Amino acid sequence: MQMTAEEKDASKVASKSGATRDIFLPPERERVKDGGKPHVMAKNFSIFYGDFEAVKKVDADILSKYVTAIIGPSGCGKSTFLRAINRMNDLIPSCYTTGTLMFDGEDVYGRYTDEVQLRKKIGMVFQKPNPFPKSIFDNIAYGPRLHGVKDKKMLEGIVEKSLRKAALWDEVKDRLERNALGLSGGQQQRLCVARTLAVEPEILLLDEPTSALDPKATAKIEDLIEELRGSYTILIVTHNMQQASRVSDYTMFYYEGDLVEYAPTKQLFTNPRDQVTEDYITGRFS
Amino acid sequence: MNLGTRKILDRSFTAVGITSITLMALALLVVVVPIFKGGIGAIYFKGTIEHRKLQYNEFGKGNRLVLDRQIAESEPYREEVYRMLDAFEAEMESMEPGEKRNYSSKYKKVRDILSHLLGPLPGDQEPILLRYQYGNTRWEQAEEGLHKLMFVTKWDYSNPNEMAKQYFVPRADEFSGTALAALFPYMESSLEKMLLPEQTFYWGFLTERSLDAHIFGGIWAEIQGTFFLAVGAMLFAFPLGVIAAIYFTEYAKDNFFTSILRSANSTLAGVPSIVFGLFGLAFFINTIKVSDSKSVLAGSLTLAIMILPTIIRAAEEAILAVPKTYKEASLGLGSTKWRTIVTVILPAALPGIITGGIISLGRAAGETAPIIFTAAVSVGATIGLADVFTQPTPALSWNIYNLASEHEAANEIRHVQYGMVLALISIVLLLNLSAILLRARISKKLKG
Repeated sequence: MQMTAEEKDASKVASKSGATRDIFLPPERERVKDGGKPHVMAKNFSIFYGDFEAVKKVDADILSKYVTAIIGPSGCGKSTFLRAINRMNDLIPSCYTTGTLMFDGEDVYGRYTDEVQLRKKIGMVFQKPNPFPKSIFDNIAYGPRLHGVKDKKMLEGIVEKSLRKAALWDEVKDRLERNALGLSGGQQQRLCVARTLAVEPEILLLDEPTSALDPKATAKIEDLIEELRGSYTILIVTHNMQQASRVSDYTMFYYEGDLVEYAPTKQLFTNPRDQVTEDYITGRFS
Repeated sequence: MNLGTRKILDRSFTAVGITSITLMALALLVVVVPIFKGGIGAIYFKGTIEHRKLQYNEFGKGNRLVLDRQIAESEPYREEVYRMLDAFEAEMESMEPGEKRNYSSKYKKVRDILSHLLGPLPGDQEPILLRYQYGNTRWEQAEEGLHKLMFVTKWDYSNPNEMAKQYFVPRADEFSGTALAALFPYMESSLEKMLLPEQTFYWGFLTERSLDAHIFGGIWAEIQGTFFLAVGAMLFAFPLGVIAAIYFTEYAKDNFFTSILRSANSTLAGVPSIVFGLFGLAFFINTIKVSDSKSVLAGSLTLAIMILPTIIRAAEEAILAVPKTYKEASLGLGSTKWRTIVTVILPAALPGIITGGIISLGRAAGETAPIIFTAAVSVGATIGLADVFTQPTPALSWNIYNLASEHEAANEIRHVQYGMVLALISIVLLLNLSAILLRARISKKLKG
């Protein structure tokens, strides 16, 4: 397959074994403004559940304002890696990490890191839509209120802006006081995105955000990711390889805890360097 | 197992299940119906004129004019009785000493019964105890009294191989040939006119204090005492229990210390309530001296310790039942742990926590043993809110036991016992009902 010089360059730096400190960028026409800086940097980063090493010595940079997909078979450590970025794994008592994970130049697992401040900057949307059993308005306003916004007018502004960004405003603007659990699954998931956006994070972590949704709702979420691309650094874990190829600029392939391959999406899906990657994306195993 | 056998098994289990549920329902009915009937009898009964006199004199209730008219109406019939008594007394004066002695003891019995029925007779000393100042206030009691007047109870011991048999002899026979013989048929025909029974709704039973150790009056002191004790126990146990549950579920690490605490909590839930009662006496009253003697405060604290394990357990279950995703969502938005607990987890767990709380409240209201030594008195005044730190109180649970077993006139005030039982059961039922409603309301709000 014919590769542009640029793509060759990219594949060189993004291989599993090689140093990934250099920045590689997609073709000119797909570049986003001010993007492409290393936003999350993993160095020799491992995650353990007790004795079990769920993620093994990962070296990778996540580039800002691009969409990075994480794929791999079940139990390969992709969700674990994602949840490590905003320290959601802290909830599991036996979980610990080695190596370093830097976010915006700050050590995520540093001794003096305030995980609450960190999570403010790293928004997360979960596999199953999980709105609070409160009104739609209160759901969106939950984050801003946490961080000290009390003014009613300002909150209303934030709620509207977030819902518009999540492409949900038109559907719910007349029933903001209704309980969020009354929304459909797809709407609930977009509400969760809006709720996350209301805190104005820098990164969005999406943990299989469409696995509990029907195809129509899935399409809406994918459109939404396309909308948000360029404004936020987005990491999306997905089981669905078509989805990964549709929405992402870069793709990471995990297998049994190893980051096997990390490359521009197009390259990874058309010309994988690793045999395991090829076997996986061609469906020889799943 | 083939299909036929499976179907037969299914069907036979259904039959067994339905039978056992029906049996339980029947057993419940057998218990509840008499309680209900007897308890209603404390409020709705045939009250005599004596009841209305008592109500007017002691509580200032009733219409003076109507009462006066009724007294005037009943008085001639009573006069007739007094006249007969006077005539017989005069007759006794002229008897021989032996005969006189014989009649005088029998006559004394008649006078006793009559004064019990109609109130003090002319010539009696002014009685000190309230119970002797009025006749029978309830018509069914008066009917029993009348039977006692009409017949002498005798026991037949003739067959040594059997228990003695009770039989009745007309009392009129004892006085045949004297002036008093006419009294008995007269009483039988005219008692109604002397007592003027009418159907009475006595709401005061629930709102008035008792008079002369529950011989008359209501059970307000007991209802209020039960309320104070149960609410007081909740004031201590509910916040403590919820805090402990939050600690167990959110903060405690899985270590030896925590597992000891957990099993201690489970053990506490199984300790007999009398042990809590003795502990309350030994610890709250004798050791740390929250009050000089029995008090509502000491009783509430004891009850609180008794219901604490239940509240902790219920709150723990409720908190654990909150989906983990809520917590993740909140933490993911940059919320602190404490903020997450207060704004997300507790509201979602609230229905369960409240249900546990109210069921415990019902239990605190109904328990007897823990308050025997710490808070309850058999007869006491209605206490004010300011007295709860120093004063003991009567309470329904304890007074039911007391009236049924230790009261000197237990047999005559069965209606009060039943009334108290019904009141207590109603309070507990109401509490549980409100728990169910509250739970339903909050759940509905949460589900949207």
